[in-house]
Amino acid sequence: MFRLFLAALALALASPSWAVQPDEILDDPVLESRARDISAGLRCLVCRNESIDESNAELARDMRLLVRERLVEGDSNTEVMSFIVERYGEYVLLRPTTDGANIILWVAAPVLFLISILSAGLYLRRRENAPEPSKGGLSAEEEKRLKELLDD
Amino acid sequence: MIIELGHFALILAFAVALAQTVIPLVGAHKGWRDWMVVANPMATVQFLLVAFSYAALTYSFLVSDFSVKLVVDNSHTLKPFIYKISGVWGNHEGSLLLWVLILALFGASAAWFGGNLPASLQARVLAVQSGITAAFMAFTIFTSNPFTRLAFPPFDGTDLNPLLQDPGLAFHPPFLYLGYVGLSMAFSFAVAALIEGRVDAAWGRWVRPWTLAAWVFLTIGIATGSWWAYYELGWGGFWFWDPVENASLMPWLFAAALLHSAIVVEKRETLKSWTILLAILGFGFSLMGTFIVRSGLLTSVHAFAMDPERGVFILMILAGFMGGALTLFAIRAPVLEAKGVFATVSRESALVVNNVLLAVSSFVIFIGTMWPLVAEMLFDRVLSVGPPFFNMAFTPFMVALAMVLPIGAMLPWKRGNLSRTMRPLWGLAAFSVAMGALTWALQTGNSPLVPVGLALGLWVVLGSMADVWARTGRGAIGNRVKRLGRLPRADWGKFTAHTGLGVSVFAVAALVGWESEDIRVVQIGESFEKGGYTLTLTSVDRVQGPNYVSTMGTLEAHRDGRLITTLQPEKRFYPIAGMPTTEAAIDYKIHRDLYITLGDPQDNGGWAVRTYIKPFANWLWFGCFLMAMGGIFSLSDRRYRIAAGAERTRPDAVPAE
Repeated sequence: MFRLFLAALALALASPSWAVQPDEILDDPVLESRARDISAGLRCLVCRNESIDESNAELARDMRLLVRERLVEGDSNTEVMSFIVERYGEYVLLRPTTDGANIILWVAAPVLFLISILSAGLYLRRRENAPEPSKGGLSAEEEKRLKELLDD
Repeated sequence: MIIELGHFALILAFAVALAQTVIPLVGAHKGWRDWMVVANPMATVQFLLVAFSYAALTYSFLVSDFSVKLVVDNSHTLKPFIYKISGVWGNHEGSLLLWVLILALFGASAAWFGGNLPASLQARVLAVQSGITAAFMAFTIFTSNPFTRLAFPPFDGTDLNPLLQDPGLAFHPPFLYLGYVGLSMAFSFAVAALIEGRVDAAWGRWVRPWTLAAWVFLTIGIATGSWWAYYELGWGGFWFWDPVENASLMPWLFAAALLHSAIVVEKRETLKSWTILLAILGFGFSLMGTFIVRSGLLTSVHAFAMDPERGVFILMILAGFMGGALTLFAIRAPVLEAKGVFATVSRESALVVNNVLLAVSSFVIFIGTMWPLVAEMLFDRVLSVGPPFFNMAFTPFMVALAMVLPIGAMLPWKRGNLSRTMRPLWGLAAFSVAMGALTWALQTGNSPLVPVGLALGLWVVLGSMADVWARTGRGAIGNRVKRLGRLPRADWGKFTAHTGLGVSVFAVAALVGWESEDIRVVQIGESFEKGGYTLTLTSVDRVQGPNYVSTMGTLEAHRDGRLITTLQPEKRFYPIAGMPTTEAAIDYKIHRDLYITLGDPQDNGGWAVRTYIKPFANWLWFGCFLMAMGGIFSLSDRRYRIAAGAERTRPDAVPAE
């Protein structure tokens, strides 16, 4: 939490700059496009729900430079990711991992879908086999109202 | 003085709202007619009082009355006129008062236009609606009073957040609130029907216009917000899966599900309890959205109220109304027996599938939005759930929805025959897939995103055309064309809204899949190439705005030696608020947007310039516009007006129960 506080402070002090600056771009287009892919999946710590690729904060710039530095050193994408996560914590991953309790998050969509489609299926079968309601389907009271209306 | 009168009017309205919550309920229970009908004038009075209160606050913004704290915090004498008006709702207290105003407006509309409802149902609807209004009035009065005065008024205000000083964002919140609050009507109808113990075709017909209206407003609100993000935040993103955006998308999906299931109630008298549940949950998600935004529990760009006390208050409102309604639902739902019998292959079933997809996708967004909170509280893990997760979890539902839609829309009620319904559709499906394949073959790169988006979008649009054509029946083509003009508005509404969805699906895919970007340092006078255009930075100037200073670049875009357009991206600085903003320059064309932002000056004298080509960006807003128009067409359908006229001759209301 203290780190977040520091980060927020940094945001307040940071002069506005720009998401990916021209001077950050690597000469090798392949490396650069890998860098962009990685940065799009990393959260800027001081921003609200922005990736470092989109963020204007100084800290995001530092992280982008770090990513590029590691790539130039020859790290694979996964190595860069784990390097950043080690330094800044799981919080920076915009795509949550699938380990531990996070599995609940990941299976939620398919499980919920299966449950609801199954119960919908059961409901539909019940409707198909339900007895047809009595002819006309009007209660005595409704018949009376109908008669009144027709008499008008 | 006017401010005090406004405050007083709000308190008076609160008292009226409390009375309106109790008296009609008792009246409807006992069958006392005068106790029921008193809800009508009360709803009107309540609305007028709140309207006066709101007008008083607006007045204090317009005359820059800096003895009012809210005006000091959110306005400035130099602020342009339009933002003095929108500044009223550009903050927590004022937007809450707007929320209350809209609640009261919807309540009053139910009194004005609800003459065709049975007296007891109308009384109960108005009572429930007033209960919600009263809760939010209490919230305003006790925790977020917009009328607080300052003992020592300053000379000038601290200005509105510059990001909010924008025409797109000025009118985004009112539409969103109209949508959120519109769902309160569906909720009130659902609870009233549960108390009444009766849900029939007529109920389905009454609740549907309110849901449609809410959905139309939400569509417009979300689209304007997304458009604003597109041109204002500086890199042309249009959806960020931000908690606050999710908070508006969830009720939108629920409203979409509800307005489809209400059709089943209206036409076939089945899915009753499910529809009631949807109405309750739809509003529940609206309240949840309010809670997320106002409590600042999940921090995001939009959280202007970081105050736990307020969060707890909304949580209490949420728990109270949801708990009460769901309990009532559990007690009464078994009474609501379904009447219609239908086969597994039928329009009814297709709409059930629609509801499953919409509701489950909404729940998935909910889980993703709340997961960081759950993980931190239960598992002690600080983590993020961002766009990659939502894209992966949400997209399959939309793909499935688009695939099923044209078939479901054409299946007959009660009992269908899949091969007969598919007969006119096979060709269209094959054509759509072929066009997708062609796109895949022609495009550079291997991403399946655009080909799939194109095939799905085309399939939905062509399917909607086939549907509306099939509605004209059989016979000579000339006669059928003539009959097109006589189709009920609801059919055209369905066609337009579904077409809008198809267009949006394609646009999202094209925008995400085909956009290209260029970031570089440009010297003044230097040219560069992007997407077939030659762009020249001719000058960078300092420009003084009404309440900001701007650094404005001027770029000329040439194609084949011909000047296409001149673009002027800006970097603005608002000295009073101490905030910079970017103003992208966009050249809108039907097949692409040319989108340019200006960055910082560089050490060697050049300027950072970012250029984007955004293919088919306009189609996205156009698709949303079509969806909203579809809702409006449906809303204007004859059957809602006829029903209203016919019922007026009714001599007396149906007795309670």
